[in-house]
Amino acid sequence: MSKKLNEMPVSNPNKGRTFKVVGRQPRKPEGLKKVSGEALYTDDIVLPRMLHAKILRSIHAHARIRKIDASKALALPGVHAVVTGNDMPIAYGIIPWTQDEYPLCTDKTRFVGDGVAAVAAVDEDTANRALELIEVEYEVLPAVLSPEQAREHPEIKVNEKAKDGNLSKHVFLEFGDMEGGFARADVVDEDHFYFENTTHAPIEPHCAIGQYDRNGVLTVWSSTQVPHYLHRELARVLNLPQNRVRVIQPLVGGAFGGKSEPFDLEFCVAKLAMITGRPVKILYTREEVFYSHRGRHPMEMTYRTGATKDGKLTAIDAKITFDGGAYSSFGLVTAYYSGQLLTAPYQMPAYRFDSSRWFTNKPACGPKRGHGSVQPRFAFEVQLDKIAHRLNLDPIELRRRNFIGEYTETINGLRITSNGFLECLDAVEKASGWKERRGKLPFGKGLGVAGSMYISGTNYPIYPNEMPQSAVLVRLDRSGRAVIFCGASEIGQGVNAMLANILCEELGTALADVQVVSSDTDLTPIDLGAYSSRVTFMCGNACIDAARKLRKQILEACAEKLQTSPEDLDILPGEVVCLKDTAKRLSTPEAFQLAEAKSGSLAATGSFKTNPLGGDYRGGTIGASPAYSFTAHVAEVTVDPGAGFVTVDRIWIAHDCGKAINPILVEGQMEGSAYMGCAEAIMEAQTYNSKGMHIGPSLLDYRIPTSLDTPEMQSLIIESIDPEGPYGAKEAGEGPLHPSIPAVANAIFDAVGVRLTRLPFTPAVVLKALREKEERERRAAPAAAGGQ
Amino acid sequence: MLRLPRFQYHAPRSLTGALELASRHANEFMYIAGGTDLLPNMKHLLFEPPHLISLRGLRELDFIEVQGGGGIRIGALTTLTRIAESDLARRELPSLAQAAGLVAGPQIRNMGTLGGNVCLDTRCVYYNQTLFWRKALGYCLKKDGSQCHVVQSGKRCVAAHSADTVPALITLGAAVELQSPRGAREIRLEDFFSGDGVKNTVREADEIITAVRIPPQPRGRRANYTKVRIRNSIDFPILSIALAVDFREDGRTCDNVELVMTALGSKPRRIGNLHGVVEGRALTAEVIQAVAHQAHRQAHPLTNINVDPEWRREVAPVYVRRALERAVRAG
Repeated sequence: MSKKLNEMPVSNPNKGRTFKVVGRQPRKPEGLKKVSGEALYTDDIVLPRMLHAKILRSIHAHARIRKIDASKALALPGVHAVVTGNDMPIAYGIIPWTQDEYPLCTDKTRFVGDGVAAVAAVDEDTANRALELIEVEYEVLPAVLSPEQAREHPEIKVNEKAKDGNLSKHVFLEFGDMEGGFARADVVDEDHFYFENTTHAPIEPHCAIGQYDRNGVLTVWSSTQVPHYLHRELARVLNLPQNRVRVIQPLVGGAFGGKSEPFDLEFCVAKLAMITGRPVKILYTREEVFYSHRGRHPMEMTYRTGATKDGKLTAIDAKITFDGGAYSSFGLVTAYYSGQLLTAPYQMPAYRFDSSRWFTNKPACGPKRGHGSVQPRFAFEVQLDKIAHRLNLDPIELRRRNFIGEYTETINGLRITSNGFLECLDAVEKASGWKERRGKLPFGKGLGVAGSMYISGTNYPIYPNEMPQSAVLVRLDRSGRAVIFCGASEIGQGVNAMLANILCEELGTALADVQVVSSDTDLTPIDLGAYSSRVTFMCGNACIDAARKLRKQILEACAEKLQTSPEDLDILPGEVVCLKDTAKRLSTPEAFQLAEAKSGSLAATGSFKTNPLGGDYRGGTIGASPAYSFTAHVAEVTVDPGAGFVTVDRIWIAHDCGKAINPILVEGQMEGSAYMGCAEAIMEAQTYNSKGMHIGPSLLDYRIPTSLDTPEMQSLIIESIDPEGPYGAKEAGEGPLHPSIPAVANAIFDAVGVRLTRLPFTPAVVLKALREKEERERRAAPAAAGGQ
Repeated sequence: MLRLPRFQYHAPRSLTGALELASRHANEFMYIAGGTDLLPNMKHLLFEPPHLISLRGLRELDFIEVQGGGGIRIGALTTLTRIAESDLARRELPSLAQAAGLVAGPQIRNMGTLGGNVCLDTRCVYYNQTLFWRKALGYCLKKDGSQCHVVQSGKRCVAAHSADTVPALITLGAAVELQSPRGAREIRLEDFFSGDGVKNTVREADEIITAVRIPPQPRGRRANYTKVRIRNSIDFPILSIALAVDFREDGRTCDNVELVMTALGSKPRRIGNLHGVVEGRALTAEVIQAVAHQAHRQAHPLTNINVDPEWRREVAPVYVRRALERAVRAG
């Protein structure tokens, strides 16, 4: 390595800048199209001669496939092809070291809903009828449905890729002097927590279309958030050269991590298109979305935390067991993230975590908004609240006292640059009336606080490669129009708007004159996808890089024309102006024409690549990010002590996003995150019956809050101005989710005096805790009366 | 997306037309009004009728009218939104208006009708699922199978009656008017439900509910409806309580309490043995507690709904108490 690890920036070029577009709130370029129905999602695409396919799924949680007879299905008029696991025998998986899935099961099925065969037919009804005609002979195997069963029954092998029984991944890392830390602690708290399984529930179900043309090029349209990885895996699994595969991602109707790896439908439409020579579409049913899952891992967590009597943390010891489901997915990373991402915003003198992911016969868990770190954050922030209470310290004050600072390094080797966490705490403290109201509200009403940090992209790609993390191509034309080509995935989070806003800032174009062409592997340069909150930081920097090259060309051409030097010119919205003589002006189209004439063409590329970061130990790169965002929430709740219902009345969200390039989009991410966390706190649960079946794979049974169940939210943007982010920006899409769950838990404690450690906080759970508390108090009362 | 099975759709313009079609397609049809219950069930392949006879064109069945003796008749095709927003219903039949306004969400209430809500199919976590899911389960007593998964040794289906308007209507003494090719009849709503979740009403397949008749209400009656659900919209009830309390002229002394609960088993449950508890008494905390105690004794939630039945039983008296307190305060 040419550079040493974790080199700190020497200056902050983003400080003190003024902006013309950045920081304002222009509309999303695709917003009107979306609200009017004009925007095209994958399922809106209908190609001539297109077939529809359906996937036959396993009705058993664990079964060996003895025989598949599709002859009756193939004989049904309108059926064009049937494929089974044997037609695609190459394993795939998002993490190169744990590829353990097949497009369709080859030898056995591992959960209720695992794909077994796919049928392409003239329409969906015919394909559905054909599914009923496929005869599968199963040998039903015993199933394991919990990590405990997985550990106790290594002889029931869920996933043959597991080296040791049913263990999917084990990570043990220790930093600092644990023994010494606990020895000097005045208080040590040990608690057990459980985070229930939850899923993303995007409104758009997964959809894919495959087309294989006469030139031997396979095109797949998919509602994915990782076109680049899908491109690679399609080529590998279907045994096609990469230059014969094109992936196009149309607009996506929500993803939240649930579309960040390849899925069975993408391989099936591709293979069926290759066999039939006709385009093939699959649209998942809502039930299939629940089976494809990859949502939040359920985690059993034990935290032991020591602190001095003035509230300073001395040591933290975590043991985490999680249920991974049948396949690896991102599990290797999840296992690391469950420990690696807890080490800020608080200084940890000693820290250890021991995380184990187990295979079970259930749909695979994976990354959901706040991948791997939302569950530990819940546990730890509730424990901090307990410690504060025990030490009779204001919970906000306890957090302040442990603040890690800025431009520093965490105990596990993460480089922290700008850090606005204290400002976040100040903001929620003030906005919520914390000092005046906490602990003073009537019984049943309460306030709770929590903090967190999150990555702005992973420093290293999922598979080792030397390419930039992101690249952008910008083309300008003589009319004043600009087109940005970028591989990034617009999944509703606003990447197109972010890129357009940056270009307008740099080149003076009007927003209406910018078109963003994103995520088409033929048309756009590399980008690794919309995950780990990497897009603004990485694509944003790449876009600035490209735009500044064009800016230089434009200014040089204009300076020549206006007979001045480029340094004396500035680009304003719609024009180029000479600062020394403001009568000298050129409109944006004129400026572009001059530059085009001078340089022969007007296009530039830009790219972004991270510097070496992370801890110098095995796994030390996982969790390394060029910048970290910080968040604090205060939640206000009302608890109905008679029935146990928790109403989250309000959440104040303060988030350090570095710099808000488009504040309205940042606020949207903050509110969306807090909403999603709040939903997991009080409502969401994905559970399975004794046969391993999802108990209610529908949006009626898997309840997500309606607008009537959603708290009032106040977003408080904190701008710490990162030295390396685009204009100082960091992430805003995932970090703001983390504190909402522990903030609600801590508010419930303030409201009614019960500590809830198992999610979700349903009325039944809350009422039981209240009854237990009453019982404890009843028993304690005579004793307290003083030995009479 | 789930697909609907194929069917032929008929859109008669009159009751006579609908009944004629029913005769012509005997045993091969179902009536459809708003379709908000039937169509999702058809997508789950719980029903696959070759013919659907739509009642939407029967405008003659869309009315709310005051009858000569002071009773109110509501046409079966009246939407739940219209009932919820009707000044007459809100004034004279507040518990019904509340119940209608709490069904599902606004879009469903715009489509859903009173007759449809009265005929709502019973619901169960093992029943309202796709064909794939039910196949993986091994089916159930209510559809295609022989085993009940709620009551393991049960011989009778216990899918939950879940219609919001019904408990309110029963407390108000309502009756349903039915019409078939064979003639008309009227049944007290309380007698309309059988105890069998597979087919929980006595309506014959070709009978159309034409109207719901609510008799004149006693002076001094205060009625309300409580719907317990996890979300404040969309959800079916996990417990629901309809209450009607008759006060004497002093506005304090109670003559009678009608209490009907549902989202338990296959039919709404009238809570009995209340008369002796309340008659001639003011609804003091003690009396309210006694009524709530009866509700707790008589209401037995089951695992047919995915919300802890122990908790639902525990909170039943809490909500009954609150409903009674609301009635007292309303005086």
